[in-house]
Amino acid sequence: MDTLVAQLQRQFRDYTISLYHQGFLDDQFTELKKLQDECSPDFVAEVVSLFFEDCEKLIGNMARALDQTGNVDFNLVGSSVHQLKGSSSSVGAKRVKGLCITFKECCDSQNFEGCVRCLQQVDIEYKSLKAKLQDLFNLEQQIVQAGGRIPQVDI
Amino acid sequence: MVCEMETDQTEEMDIEVLSSMWPEDVGGTQADNNQFNVEKPAGDSDTLKEVDIAEKRTMADLKRLPELMNTTDQGSSQLTNLVKQWEYMQDHAVKLLREELKILTKQREEAEAKELKIIEEHNFETQEPENVPVLDDTSHLLRRFKHTKRDALVGSKRVEIDEEFDTVAYWKQKALSLEKMLEASTERERRLIEKLNESLKTMESHSAPVEELTQNLKRAEGFLHFILQNAPIVMGHQDKDLRYLFIYNKFPTLREQDILGKTDVEIFHGGGVKESEDFKREVLEKGKASKREITFETDLFGSKTFLIYVEPVYNKAREKIGINYMGMEVTDQVRKREKMAKLREDNAVRKAMESELNKTIHITEETMRAKQMLATMSHEIRSPLSGVVGMAEILSTTRLDKEQRQLLNVMISSGDLVLQLINDILDLSKVESGVMRLEATKFRPREVVKHVLQTAAASLKKDLTLEGNITDEVPIEVVGDVLRIRQILTNLISNAIKFTHEGKVGIKLKVISQPSFASEEQNGLTETETSVWIRCDVYDTGIGIPENALPCLFKKYMQASADHARKYGGTGLGLAICKQLVELMGGQLTVTSQVNAGSTFTFILPYKVATSDDHSDDQDFSDMVDHHQAEPDDTTEGYFQFKPLLGTIYSNGGPVIGNSNFLPHKVMLTSPLKIINGFVADTSNNTGQSETAQVENGCGYMDETCSGQRPESVNQYENGTCPSKETESCSSSSQASSEGGALEMESDLTVSSKQPKLLLVEDNKINIMVAKSMMKQLGYTFDIANNGVEAITAIKDTSYDLVLMDVCMPVLDGLKATRLIRSYEESGNWDAAIEAGVDIKTSENDVHSTNRLPIIAMTANTLAESSEECYANGMDSFISKPVTLQKLKECLRQYLH
Repeated sequence: MDTLVAQLQRQFRDYTISLYHQGFLDDQFTELKKLQDECSPDFVAEVVSLFFEDCEKLIGNMARALDQTGNVDFNLVGSSVHQLKGSSSSVGAKRVKGLCITFKECCDSQNFEGCVRCLQQVDIEYKSLKAKLQDLFNLEQQIVQAGGRIPQVDI
Repeated sequence: MVCEMETDQTEEMDIEVLSSMWPEDVGGTQADNNQFNVEKPAGDSDTLKEVDIAEKRTMADLKRLPELMNTTDQGSSQLTNLVKQWEYMQDHAVKLLREELKILTKQREEAEAKELKIIEEHNFETQEPENVPVLDDTSHLLRRFKHTKRDALVGSKRVEIDEEFDTVAYWKQKALSLEKMLEASTERERRLIEKLNESLKTMESHSAPVEELTQNLKRAEGFLHFILQNAPIVMGHQDKDLRYLFIYNKFPTLREQDILGKTDVEIFHGGGVKESEDFKREVLEKGKASKREITFETDLFGSKTFLIYVEPVYNKAREKIGINYMGMEVTDQVRKREKMAKLREDNAVRKAMESELNKTIHITEETMRAKQMLATMSHEIRSPLSGVVGMAEILSTTRLDKEQRQLLNVMISSGDLVLQLINDILDLSKVESGVMRLEATKFRPREVVKHVLQTAAASLKKDLTLEGNITDEVPIEVVGDVLRIRQILTNLISNAIKFTHEGKVGIKLKVISQPSFASEEQNGLTETETSVWIRCDVYDTGIGIPENALPCLFKKYMQASADHARKYGGTGLGLAICKQLVELMGGQLTVTSQVNAGSTFTFILPYKVATSDDHSDDQDFSDMVDHHQAEPDDTTEGYFQFKPLLGTIYSNGGPVIGNSNFLPHKVMLTSPLKIINGFVADTSNNTGQSETAQVENGCGYMDETCSGQRPESVNQYENGTCPSKETESCSSSSQASSEGGALEMESDLTVSSKQPKLLLVEDNKINIMVAKSMMKQLGYTFDIANNGVEAITAIKDTSYDLVLMDVCMPVLDGLKATRLIRSYEESGNWDAAIEAGVDIKTSENDVHSTNRLPIIAMTANTLAESSEECYANGMDSFISKPVTLQKLKECLRQYLH
């Protein structure tokens, strides 16, 4: 049993590190982790799920705005991108944030092609992040179920 | 006598005629005789004489003789009478004729005089032009015309008279002819007058070209004078020995006597003189006129260029007797020409450079494009690859048999390698394209070294000792780009570990004086800032690097040898990136090595020294330290050592390690003071805490996968779970700590009795959630406004101590809202806000505070202009997003006390 916990913990640690190294997450995520305490044990999960909901909603908004062929309200798209940028920045979704910066530039220069491309990338990126974080939380759960503690990971 | 003979002849002839026809009447006969006699006067008298002789010889009629004699006497007297009468008449006629002639002559003379007068007048008029040589042709004409006129006059004077002189017929004829002449003369006169008038007219018309020609002449004259007087030329004639015989110089610098009889060489000294002399001699010898440009550099007239034309002069016997020469100063022209030539040359050079540059630009653009493509591709590859690696990692969490796990491990490590390679490429292209920006954050070098070593030790599969050694003078905190420095250290360490099979690998830090390669501008530090140069050695006892491989060591995609590449793998990018990063930060990376003995990579970097009262930005480490007193040692500890971790999963599940093997993983503390510090800190923490840690330690002991960091991590984690309690304990422990200043403040903050009223203006739910959580940790609560209008409404109703304001919000952004709030503070009313369209219901219980409300901006852009904009709009400070606990804490500390 202990072996399993240790293994899971190691995996959890390695996986977390890999997420940082691959640029999915940045220090802000560490911040979030630090904010999670006994009083709010699922704080990170809550924030993150809120973030993904937000992503879904904003991406939907942007897709609709960009769908108005020939009559794209770039300001509308831009404000959504700004929102998304703020959210991703707050949760430490590094790649999404990076994409948002490019996306914003595309909006500012009214580059339709660029916007569409960025939107697709953001969509892919947030989904892959979602999957990864889901895995991470699953691992956490497994550790807890196995009676272990979630290890603190130094980046 | 002639007259007598005539009379005789007439008488003889008249005998028969008279007898028959001549009437007796003397008067009548007289008139008739007179008439007849006029016809044949002279001939008759001669014939009569001859007849007289002949009659005497022949026979004489005596009877008739006295009669005849009588008649003859009668006739004689009659004849004498007649003669006398005739003579008288003749005289009278002559007299008349003479008179007439006289009148005629007089008239002619008058006419001639008149004519002469006219001619004279004419001559007088034409006198002037006749003297003008230019008008030769005209004067010639005039003269010719005059000649012909005179000829005509002379010709008409000749009067031919056929009749015998002094006869009546003669005079008659003469009179007639004279009359005709007179007529002709009058006619001529008339014509002449006409001609004269005509000529006068033509004279008038002639005078215009004359004037024009005169002017032409004058111009020509002036031109010649100009040439002679102003031509900027020197003309000279020299003899065979090139001695001047004649010289004309427009700008004489020497008098004639100084020149004549001398040669050029005798007159001037300096550059060009000899050349001109030789040139003249050459012309003289060859006998061919020639031109040449010669630049003189003489004391007499400085530097001047002359165009010289020289021609040989011959005498009649075709012998050379000297030269003529003409020189013209062309200094300015030559200068201009030279300038033009130079310009043209420059142009050509510029054009060549331009095309060269264009080529270079083209190549650079190509290169940039290639790099850009590489970067893009790398990025594109990275995303799916991380998916692959991620899935593989998830797969490894499932139940697998030994072989599957081995395969999966290979898969994961290969994937990681590719990811690393791609990250390297991205980094490199970022550095090369100048996109990479350095960040200045505060960090603790000791911690960085320790963490790098810890991380390396965690994945160490060899029997190696990792050690860190930091000298005491290295500051506790410095400012630099910690991420990049970590990257460099990690890279160098992993490199060292890769090529080292036994012995040790380590990092040594020490402070050095400013190296010679660095100037003030290079490291970007001004005199006022305290900077420190730290030398970092990463050494190993590995295989070393042969000397000939050193130069290409830092080149991209290069490894010491192909053998190494095969044996050790790797991209060969790591060192290139390290070097570039170090240089980007204004430092230098060098290497020394000995084959089979080891290598030492040394990098020297400048850092700013963090001033002690500043709070650390580096949340990575300092936060933990601040909060979790479990590792106070990190800040000042000078030596770390990590022994190999055996029996980890990396060594394929080796035997369970013993406690003795595990213990050395803990940090070895060299400084006794630090030990005490650590100890004191540990004990001053609650005992339950350390017990937990020990339990965990035990756990780790039993757990073969537990890493060297484990004890600390557990501590940290444990601390993290109960922050409030921990902070308090921190405050107590920090009293004993040597560096508790910052910690003390935190605890003050926490325990401060009065709960401040805070307002968060933020539209992003997630940001609100995160901020809320952070505030909770810091022990605060706050109100929330979702935009600027809500913020103003809230501020109107409640007195806040601090506002955290997002800049970019819908409805009313943070900057505008702040301006309106400031306007309210100044004026005491919300008029400006109402004007701006904010719906405000003023009520009695409005809080009116004229105190300046601290407003902190939360901005996504950390760019200077954005912060300036915040200040310009009346904000007091700003926090760059994402907001971290550290930033928030610092900010609240600053404004709530």
